Amino acid sequence: MPILEVRRLKKYFPVLGGVFLRRTGWVYAVDDVSFFVKKGETFGLVGESGCGKTTLGRCIMGLYDMTSGSVRVQDSSISKLTPAQKKSLSTHLQMIFQDPYESLDSRQTVRQILEEKYIIHGKARNDLSVVIGQLLENVGLSRDCLSRYPHEFSGGQRQRIGIARAVSMNPEIIICDEPVSALDVSVQSKILNLLLELQKTMGLTYVFISHDLSVVRHMSDRIGVMYLGKIVEMADASTIYNNARHPYTRALLSAVPLPDPDARKKRIVLTGEVPSVENPPPGCRFHTRCPHADVICQESEPLLLDREKDSGHVAACHFF
Amino acid sequence: MKKDVVLEVRDLVVAFDTDQGRVRAVDGVGFELKKGSILGIAGESGCGKSVTALSIIRLLPRPVSSILAGQVLFQGKNLLTTPIRQMHKIRGRKIAMIFQEPMTALNPVHSVERQMKEVFELHFPRLTAVSVRDRSLEMLTRVGIPDPGQVLKKYPHQLSGGIRQRVMIAMALSCEPDILIADEPTTALDVTVQAQILELIKALKEKSGMSIILITHDLGVIAENCDQVVVMYAGRIAETADVRSLFKNPLHPYTKGLLASIVSRAEISKTVLPTIEGNVPSLSNMPAGCRFAQRCPFVKQICLHVTPGEVPAGKGRTAACHLINEEPE
Repeated sequence: MPILEVRRLKKYFPVLGGVFLRRTGWVYAVDDVSFFVKKGETFGLVGESGCGKTTLGRCIMGLYDMTSGSVRVQDSSISKLTPAQKKSLSTHLQMIFQDPYESLDSRQTVRQILEEKYIIHGKARNDLSVVIGQLLENVGLSRDCLSRYPHEFSGGQRQRIGIARAVSMNPEIIICDEPVSALDVSVQSKILNLLLELQKTMGLTYVFISHDLSVVRHMSDRIGVMYLGKIVEMADASTIYNNARHPYTRALLSAVPLPDPDARKKRIVLTGEVPSVENPPPGCRFHTRCPHADVICQESEPLLLDREKDSGHVAACHFF
Repeated sequence: MKKDVVLEVRDLVVAFDTDQGRVRAVDGVGFELKKGSILGIAGESGCGKSVTALSIIRLLPRPVSSILAGQVLFQGKNLLTTPIRQMHKIRGRKIAMIFQEPMTALNPVHSVERQMKEVFELHFPRLTAVSVRDRSLEMLTRVGIPDPGQVLKKYPHQLSGGIRQRVMIAMALSCEPDILIADEPTTALDVTVQAQILELIKALKEKSGMSIILITHDLGVIAENCDQVVVMYAGRIAETADVRSLFKNPLHPYTKGLLASIVSRAEISKTVLPTIEGNVPSLSNMPAGCRFAQRCPFVKQICLHVTPGEVPAGKGRTAACHLINEEPE
């Protein structure tokens, strides 16, 4: 029984132009994406900038209205909820943002940042000191931090505050949108450790969005690879890394520089640039850069299919 | 200076004036760049790697920063004492630099053509307009831009990140410099584009025989592209080594910790990653002795009081650590 289910989600942004700012086109940011996440697992979403992974995360959170499709959290469909129900759902669904410098209000103290959520959900301010102090300790900060402002902290510490805010209402699902990409290597590993620990102790389910394949590999149970608004391949983490079928996944994997000078491998260097999402190529969206592209790829769009039945490994390619 | 060394930095000290007083962002850094090789400078943010690069071509912001000591030797001259008018002739012509963010490094209100023309007009004032255009087109073709005529007419915001970085590289290489300083050239780019750009830089290096200083925080990029590596920590050099030995057998505890904490080195996923305890000390409040001592798992009494010098540790390697001499090599 999946805890989160996304079905045929589409999100198009209008492109405005001309004298009267009429709509002149659409940006197909997320185009027909479906997946599910089971309780307690981490679902990784990887892809390059502009592939729609952040938009997808924000649609799940309800920060963007989706164009069509449905998102079901614990059997209730997000788009059909009343405002009151949405509010109570928000205790189940939380988000950690990419940039710890912009996602915290610089005029609020840490106490105010963490209190806000409780107050919105009807707790009295007086009861909160103990809870918030405990919360800070859970993410590895001391209670003395409460009266300090975000600018007094380093990037890693700020991200800890962001994490504390996200876990404060005991959520079930957390959408992590590039939680470590703004951080240095040695800080990254600390934050990833914290996220893993919280997942274990609180039984959290993560949707882990990142462009960094090694980070996603380390964190995820299952992975979806996105390209130009679509999921092109989806499988167990180890299958994706050892047995990728889609040419884009393989190129992406081979492009990651490995910290081992002896492992200089044969690299699939893709030619060309990522096409614009406003005007995606017909047929398979990857055919303009694909080394295996043929006539069929330009004409018909490949479906996300598994080769062996029920293997859970699906890829959208005519050949592989 | 040795024969095969094109650039040598000696005991460079750079200070910044801040609200907390004067801090030394770079404190006694020295290294050699060998002809035709790629030297990597690795380190986390704030370790002084970009400041080192900017001091080489004297582009540090003034008056907040000042170079207190050191030498940068290039073609028998100390660049730090060269008159600024002569520096203009070296910058871009002999030593070129590419920056991290091609959007901010390119001028948004000028077309690519005008910005490329500027380089030639400065360094080759006798070239005719036609040959400047031809050369610009040739450079754009060499960096793998498919439609150089179109790109010349465009403004930076009309180009994608990858193309912008290629334009930057084309501009940097248009005078065929002896040295290219690349400060995080691919950090703002996607991995597939990063792979293209790094392949391009290496290919151009093979053709022209220039030497490169590649500054990056990404140890994967270092491992796959560099010959020699300098690891910096809190304004000082922790370790220098050739790339193989560094990754196979890191000597400095900081390098060891850094390599261990890389996610892609983890054998089993979802396990706890090794980390380095504590945080980088702030520049205004540097501890005495070894700057890594507070975080070092092998710390000894001496580390807290005496600054370790860079001691030779095997062929072409140095490490700034008191423990090196004690361990049998």
